[in-house]
Amino acid sequence: MTAPAIVATDISRTYDLDGVSVPALRGVSLTIEPSDYVAIVGTSGSGKSTLMHLLGGLDRPSGGTLLIGGRDVSTLNPAEMAKLRNETIGFVFQSFHLLARTTARDNVALPLVYRGAGRRERRDRATAMLERVGLAHRLDHRPNQMSGGEQQRVAIARALVTDPSVLLADEPTGNLDSTTGQSVLALLESLNSDGVAVVLVTHDRDVAARAQRQIVMRDGVIVP
Amino acid sequence: MRLAEAWRVALDALRANRLRSVLTMLGVVIGVAAVVALVGIGTGTKQQIEQQVEGLGSNLLLVVPGRLEAGSAPAASTMNMDDADAVARVVGDRDRVAVTIASGETVRAGSRSAFASMQGVLETTPTVFVRALDRGTYLTRTDVTTGRRVAVLGAGTAATLFGDRDPIGRQITIGGVRFRVIGTFERLGQSLGVDRDSEVHVPVTAAQRLLGTDRIDGLAIRAPDRERIGELSTAVVQTLSDRHPDTDFSAVTQEQILGVLGDILGVLTGVLAAIAGISLLVGGVGVSNIMLVSVRERTKEIGLRKAVGARPRDIGVQFLLEAVLLTTIGGVLGMALGVTAALLVDRFSPVPAAITWWSLVLAFGVSAFVGIVFGVVPAQRAGRLDPVVALRTE
Repeated sequence: MTAPAIVATDISRTYDLDGVSVPALRGVSLTIEPSDYVAIVGTSGSGKSTLMHLLGGLDRPSGGTLLIGGRDVSTLNPAEMAKLRNETIGFVFQSFHLLARTTARDNVALPLVYRGAGRRERRDRATAMLERVGLAHRLDHRPNQMSGGEQQRVAIARALVTDPSVLLADEPTGNLDSTTGQSVLALLESLNSDGVAVVLVTHDRDVAARAQRQIVMRDGVIVP
Repeated sequence: MRLAEAWRVALDALRANRLRSVLTMLGVVIGVAAVVALVGIGTGTKQQIEQQVEGLGSNLLLVVPGRLEAGSAPAASTMNMDDADAVARVVGDRDRVAVTIASGETVRAGSRSAFASMQGVLETTPTVFVRALDRGTYLTRTDVTTGRRVAVLGAGTAATLFGDRDPIGRQITIGGVRFRVIGTFERLGQSLGVDRDSEVHVPVTAAQRLLGTDRIDGLAIRAPDRERIGELSTAVVQTLSDRHPDTDFSAVTQEQILGVLGDILGVLTGVLAAIAGISLLVGGVGVSNIMLVSVRERTKEIGLRKAVGARPRDIGVQFLLEAVLLTTIGGVLGMALGVTAALLVDRFSPVPAAITWWSLVLAFGVSAFVGIVFGVVPAQRAGRLDPVVALRTE
């Protein structure tokens, strides 16, 4: 039994908007195992995005305990949080978030830049990762030269290049047609079977249904 | 992130917005060019004048009535030739003492005329002040004692009155009185925009008769001993004060003149540099402004970089390097432009300009410094962006 990738215990997150406290998350506990394929579903405003930001180490809970890769995020400064994200988490976003004037290979290599990896290592690993997501023929293409599905595959390759334990995907199929969406999901599933935990945030019931486990959010809490 | 990588990222970002980068740089280019060119002109002028003063020799002592202080009005002279003789006795060698009485006069030769500074002098002038003749001879002691109406022309005056013709032996009139030309000086050029070649030297006695006076304006002494120039100066001033109890006298050495001129020209150069510096500052504000716009525009990119592991410091360094690159590239271009401008001015205008290495180092250093100073705020802002907020920005 390996240690859980993420352990959240009664975490809450309150935003302060012009002096008014707005609770977005109020007491959520969950554990992500290294082999998990979890879908977080909920309507907009249910707190699912907030939860994902917390699980990804982009934000810190206002209360409760959050362990990512065994480390309590409340003890980490912003630089240490950045390192934690770099080493443990891979992000996939709805709108891909690729650097526009940068080739697929350099986009994929970006996380390695912040790890201080050398040029050759970055190049080799980025190339290998693009081959793994089926884009060996698109190494030197820029995002505007690729289809949406290809762009999302580049983003997935970027998320995986650091060998993270958890892949956090926020509406990964939201900007794709259904056929392309299906192939992206198939890719995520095959990655999961290779041993990466996948956490999918979606409001699409069909997408969520393919996960091993569904977590339904409403009004900042998990619906049992 | 490795620093080499950060440089590459910064350079890429500047390249992505070429026109904007160039326009932003332009402010710095103009500022640095102005500093380099104006300091060059100030330095060139200072060097030229110092050379001219140094050309007088280091043991020259100038004696004038009045106190030599900033703000004091020039005093009317009460000195006459008897004072000059008394000073000559103190010095112990009449050949080392020169006198002058100067007056602006219209000099005519035939139908041509020129305005020149008429200098009534002794025959000792060319040795006391180092002056070389181009043609003819200088005044003799007999010319001075008899008040003979002979004249030595400055190169400019000679050219105006006689053109290419040889002036020696020809008649001129000064203030309506006829003189005969016996020599011409070598050309001296300009200093501080004043033509030093428009002059006519005549025997002091002839000048005094022409002007209807027996006074002289000032004395100059070439001290025999450089070490004792201070003692001599005191003795001369004492002698003159004894003879004219109501008048102050001042004696200044070449070093004192150099000091005063150096101070004045140093201030002038400083003021020019400061004015140019203001434009460099304005350029820096432009850089800051554009960097803030750039941070805002690239908020999403910053969010993404943070999500994949960029530390606040990595982002801050990236933006700071962009600002520094803008100003240092602008600084190098500005240096090239400033040097070119100074060289053109030196070559094609009467204003001298000299490029000094320190002004280049200073201008480059200041432009890099401006980049850091004005890049810090945008860089900090970028570094502190909350990744969640940044990613959400559209």
